[in-house]
Amino acid sequence: MSTIAVVDYGMGNLRSVAKALEHVAQNQQVIVTSSAEEIHNADRVVFPGQGAARDCMLELADRQLTDVVLNAAHEKPFLGICMGMQVLLSHSQENNGVDCMGLYPGEVRYFGDNLQDEQGEKLKIPHMGWNRVHHRSSHALWQGIDENSRFYFVHSYYMDPADKGIILATTDYGFEFVSGIGRDNVFAVQFHPEKSAQDGLQLLKNFAEWDGKQ
Amino acid sequence: MPLAKRIIPCLDVRNGRVVKGVQFVDIRDAGDPVEVARRYDQEGADEITFLDITASSDDRDTIVHVVEKVAEEVFIPLTVGGGIRKVDDVRRMLIAGADKVAINTAAVFNPELVKEASERVGSQCIVVAIDAKKVSGEGEPSRWEIFTHGGRKPTGLDAIEWARKMADYGAGEILLTSMDRDGTKTGFDLELTRAICAAVSIPVIASGGVGNLEHLAEGVLEGKADAVLAASIFHFAEYSVHEAKEFMASKGIEVRL
Repeated sequence: MSTIAVVDYGMGNLRSVAKALEHVAQNQQVIVTSSAEEIHNADRVVFPGQGAARDCMLELADRQLTDVVLNAAHEKPFLGICMGMQVLLSHSQENNGVDCMGLYPGEVRYFGDNLQDEQGEKLKIPHMGWNRVHHRSSHALWQGIDENSRFYFVHSYYMDPADKGIILATTDYGFEFVSGIGRDNVFAVQFHPEKSAQDGLQLLKNFAEWDGKQ
Repeated sequence: MPLAKRIIPCLDVRNGRVVKGVQFVDIRDAGDPVEVARRYDQEGADEITFLDITASSDDRDTIVHVVEKVAEEVFIPLTVGGGIRKVDDVRRMLIAGADKVAINTAAVFNPELVKEASERVGSQCIVVAIDAKKVSGEGEPSRWEIFTHGGRKPTGLDAIEWARKMADYGAGEILLTSMDRDGTKTGFDLELTRAICAAVSIPVIASGGVGNLEHLAEGVLEGKADAVLAASIFHFAEYSVHEAKEFMASKGIEVRL
């Protein structure tokens, strides 16, 4: 039986991620773990997260998980969700600036207090709710999910990767921001598939069956 | 604007059962929360809110089990409110599977709770529920105050100033209920909704008074709300969530269909 490890580093509610994975991957074992060994041995790794970037990095370091998570991102099917995606970049503006994991060069930026839509109406921060996701490249994880499907978002910061070649998805909120990145065995999204009803479950199902090839 | 306006069915839960009564009087049983939540999910609800109206704090465990069960099979955001007094209560609900926790009365008596909770678990998890009632007389400029105890006790707090303060303290969202309209089925207090939406830069959920689908659309179009919450029109299948969304779409409102 293959194993999906959900990395537990004290950031956010991992139960819903685990329950959603169990729902779609019934022939696999889903474990919520902060054990480096279990993460290392798992066939697939899900790296979720909520909260602030600085706390995220501190909690990872405290549990000595930074390296094992980075290694997993080089080795096996790896799904980053929300904060678990943002900290893959090299730096975040949050908390007056935080150095992150640096898997990809780039900056995580604040949406700003003056975000407006096309009609000049002020946009609320956090960006909270169901927004459309544009597929920017074909990918095994988009299988069965229509272009422009809606997913559930909740965040105030967005990714600005240096290498535009890693962009897998974008979403409009005042401007077109990057809502998905990845390369090779990594797929990482700003939205919450575990809270995005049928399309979210489909994405998790695709991940559970993914061999790590684009 | 591609971000959809949200429709949020609300379940009042007492001792583990969904109940519905007009202003907490004449309470009728409306089913098993897990079943009702599953139905709303299938109908396309964008989120589900549970308000625990259990009278005794000894029975609070019941709502935790309800949330756990729902979170195992309903994969949309879940908000839980009612009886939240400490950061530990917030954490307990999040661990059970809630995505957001609504703080109401406790925020009025202890605003620091909102600050502490949002620092500990993140603003995105903290909803401040505001129960407001109009206190200005005929011909005076409109003014609303925060009331507690189901709208019976005035606090002297100005609703607009309070909303701003709660946003400053780290609330990620405001659940705004007009106590004048709650249970009346005469529509949202649109003036109040507009005033609060204009005062804060966080999302606002309008609540209190929905009696038909037109009311939901008004909340967005005239009240400028980011989301609309209703209980009774969905409970007894007067309208399905899907019908509500189709109606809103027909009014030019962006919804997730």
